[in-house]
Amino acid sequence: MNSSSSFPRLGLRTRIVALLIVILVAAFILSLTLGSVRIPPDQVLRILTGGEPDKASWMDVIFKFRLPKAVTGMLVGAALSVAGLQMQTLFRNPLADPFILGVSSGASLGVALVVLGTGAGGASAFITGLNVFGDLSLAVAASLGAGLVLGAVLIVSRRVQNTLTLLILGLMFGYLTNAIVSLLIYFSQPERVQAFSLWAAGSFGGVTWNQMRVFFPVIALGLFIGYVMIKPLNALLLGDEYARSLGLNVRRARFWIILSASLLAGVSTAFCGPVWFVGVAVPHVARSLLNTADHRALLPASMLMGASFALVADVIAQSPGSQYVLPLNVVMSLFGVPIILWVILRQKQLRQSFAS
Amino acid sequence: MLSSSSLTIGYHQPITSGLDLQLRPAEMVCLIGPNGAGKSTLLRTLAGMQTPLSGVIKLGEADLHSLPALDLAKQLAVVLTGRVEAGNLSAYALVTLGRHPYTDWRGRLTPHDEEAVRHAMRLTGSDVLASRPIHELSDGERQRVMIARALAQEPSILLLDEPTAFLDLPRRVELLQLLKRLSRETNCAILLSTHDLDLALRIADRLWLLSSHGELHIGLPEELALNGSLARIFHSEGIEFDHASGAFKVHQPVYGPISLHGEKDGVATAWTWRALERIGYEVHNNGARHPVHVDVLDANHWHLTTPKGQSEHITLRSLIETLSP
Repeated sequence: MNSSSSFPRLGLRTRIVALLIVILVAAFILSLTLGSVRIPPDQVLRILTGGEPDKASWMDVIFKFRLPKAVTGMLVGAALSVAGLQMQTLFRNPLADPFILGVSSGASLGVALVVLGTGAGGASAFITGLNVFGDLSLAVAASLGAGLVLGAVLIVSRRVQNTLTLLILGLMFGYLTNAIVSLLIYFSQPERVQAFSLWAAGSFGGVTWNQMRVFFPVIALGLFIGYVMIKPLNALLLGDEYARSLGLNVRRARFWIILSASLLAGVSTAFCGPVWFVGVAVPHVARSLLNTADHRALLPASMLMGASFALVADVIAQSPGSQYVLPLNVVMSLFGVPIILWVILRQKQLRQSFAS
Repeated sequence: MLSSSSLTIGYHQPITSGLDLQLRPAEMVCLIGPNGAGKSTLLRTLAGMQTPLSGVIKLGEADLHSLPALDLAKQLAVVLTGRVEAGNLSAYALVTLGRHPYTDWRGRLTPHDEEAVRHAMRLTGSDVLASRPIHELSDGERQRVMIARALAQEPSILLLDEPTAFLDLPRRVELLQLLKRLSRETNCAILLSTHDLDLALRIADRLWLLSSHGELHIGLPEELALNGSLARIFHSEGIEFDHASGAFKVHQPVYGPISLHGEKDGVATAWTWRALERIGYEVHNNGARHPVHVDVLDANHWHLTTPKGQSEHITLRSLIETLSP
């Protein structure tokens, strides 16, 4: 036996990357094609490459609505999948999601305070629609809420030796904010509650090109930090003690990993509401399909798969050809759960991947 | 070389103090002692994972606890106790994690890194497991992969906390033989804690014997047996150590003395002795004849004399059944 051939290759194979990119591009084109009006793919391509479509109104549909929504969807899908992967590895827990440290609870509290707590003017401004001011104030409130929790978690993470303590603190904080939100809902008028639950249902449609100037760089920064943290994440696969024995500064690595995940989850929630499911499910699908726990393969794969998954979920939520728009979170769970169950149950490695 | 002077270890409370220890290249040291004596604490302190209450540990000329973590990781590797669950990784991918201190920020393996990993796997015989997922390996195979991972760090010191804990007897012997061979082939100083006194006595170059009162005895295994340190330490734990056989006494005699005569060093004599001890006799074969006496003629013939009479036995079982109440 040739000794060099008996050692497996590591990392993500080019063929798989190519496949994932093809799927993503297809999902991207699909999401621009389908909606309340169908715009043929060739017309979509013509518009994207700067040509004139057959119908001038399609130009607006693409540039004002579908393109920002598709870009947002891709970014959020990628962001939450990477954040979920990071949290699952950091906490050695398959149920960890991007929001486990309470970032989305913080965002919810911020939004709840604005929508449920302010005067009728603010809330009705939100209800009456995609008014830029109303929108932005929500994003700002959510960002402030998420940022506050993020800060608190980071400060605690530098002091706490045990990673599990952080997890419990995050959970407790989540319960606390949920209680406050419930209290606010309890004392609020129905239409404001409606407005709040609209935000909580999640949507990629709210991010304008203007907001994209904040949204995109923050996500890019979070993903970049995530990329730099691939090596520490791999070292953490063996647990904190082995990671330390390999020369890793575990506290510092944890700080940056949490910063990355919280930026990704926080800004996604601030602009799109808490989008559940994708963050917990996609890393499992990636692990299952690639059959590895190596983050050099998992992180880019989760990013690409998450982006595709979010785009497809959003296409279904638009229920093409009809006037109805389903809540994004509903679609994610209804269509996502069976697929993910199939993928995960097909391979019985979940327990081995996480038992610690 | 790893050395310590007037080292005191413990959490808050000192477990043991005044330790002047040395680990030399190409030497395998076994750390033995009852549960709770502080073996893990000592190992963890020497590994730099826990700060000593006082005293210094030197790695070569440098103070171990003030070495930058990455520099330490290039000189000292550990295999911790307990089963490792590293997720869905191949054995090869797991061993490459040992190159962490050497690789760039992206963790890319240079050809030299890959060669170090492969060399470590060949040394431990885990190269044949390279593409197997870690969670499918047996405990023994997994332990070999974990040792390969530690060796991939190219350490001059290797510390292992109870590496034989989950293994069956053949795997334990195999693992200790492997470590002994590694100490010679890699010139690494190896320190491992273990409960396998029998094996440690036979295979270690040196024993560190830690009692539950915090005394540490250091010496050749035979030395510690001869000067009675082993017997003393385990006596205080309530078990008797037999100097002559180098093993623990397991049986408490209940029937009184029996004399045994047979060819010296005979296998049949040795096993007859064990059988008699097991059913509860205090066995002597110093030439004196007791009222109950057994002559071992060969592996198929025993002659038994008792105050009640004499009998011949052609199987050990019939002899033992006659002597049992």
